[in-house]
Amino acid sequence: MPFKRYVEIGRVALVNYGKDYGKLVVIVDVVDQNRALVDAPDMVRSQMNFKRLTLTDIKIDINRVPKKKTLIDAMEKADVKNKWENSSWGRKLIVQKRRALLNDFGRFKLMLAKIKKAGIVRQELAKLKKETAA
Amino acid sequence: MAAKRKTPVKSRNPDLIRGVGKYSRSKMYHKRGLWAIKAKHGGVFPRHAPQPKAPAAAEKPPKFYPADDVKKPLLNRRKPKPTKLRASITPGTVLILLAGRFMGKRVVFLKQLPSGLLLVTGPFKINGVPLRRVNQSYVIATSTKVDISGVNLEKFDDKYFAKEVEKKKKKGEGEFFEAEKEVKKKLPEDKKEDQKAVDASLIKSIEGVPDLKAYLAARFSLKSGMKPHELAF
Repeated sequence: MPFKRYVEIGRVALVNYGKDYGKLVVIVDVVDQNRALVDAPDMVRSQMNFKRLTLTDIKIDINRVPKKKTLIDAMEKADVKNKWENSSWGRKLIVQKRRALLNDFGRFKLMLAKIKKAGIVRQELAKLKKETAA
Repeated sequence: MAAKRKTPVKSRNPDLIRGVGKYSRSKMYHKRGLWAIKAKHGGVFPRHAPQPKAPAAAEKPPKFYPADDVKKPLLNRRKPKPTKLRASITPGTVLILLAGRFMGKRVVFLKQLPSGLLLVTGPFKINGVPLRRVNQSYVIATSTKVDISGVNLEKFDDKYFAKEVEKKKKKGEGEFFEAEKEVKKKLPEDKKEDQKAVDASLIKSIEGVPDLKAYLAARFSLKSGMKPHELAF
């Protein structure tokens, strides 16, 4: 029941509403009870309401309101991009994005692949069931 | 008439705004060199001798004068063009038919006919859609393309698809009571041959792409959770 992800300076968060939807940003300062100052390598440092942010597990080591260059270096050192893309959450988002761009033929091939995979899984399961029954 | 110039006449009087030229009448007279032409011909502007007029044919007085003056309608010089083809539809595109007997079938686009309709084929062996005309509005264009280079489409136009005119039979009294004979129209052999010829090279290029044959054989349908405005075709 205790909280695991805290709002702190250096916490990486995902924007879930607004113009920067889907971006990973770093909390660099807290403005007041509801808002944080937020920064990312490809955007202008700006304030955001906490309601627009979803905290992630990733944290980087920075001081309060670092310069852009310091921020980028800290992000490189903590390897935020790779950590995010290898996490299960990050991988899910990547798959979602790729599926949204599929054309009709792609969706058809996806359906065939799903059916094939399910068939293989069912075969293996049947084999295992037979072994334990025997 | 004087001989036509090779280059069109470019006005020496540029427009300041529409309707107002830069130079006045006297300036234009000087610019065009009319003073030089006049000087060459001794102060008089040269004139052609009037061409002999052809003798006017004797007009007969008309037999009939209408009671009221009827206005003639204005001439219509409009030539209709075939419908503008969407940029996403190019020869070889896979289209999804949205209405009619083949609703949901995925089909290969061949060319646009002069009437504006799209010429389309299944291919027949794959999904049962023959060479057919289809309206652009009842079609979704996907981004999947098939190689269509080996197909000759010269002979297909709107006349190829015209309905055959049946000879009118004279109805006698006895025939009203007879049951009408059901004549099932058979497809002429040459149309079947045309279909086979078009489909032969198409099927070869389709079989070159994995899963494409099964794709064209399957029908498209909206499933749960699919939002057409968010789908990319």
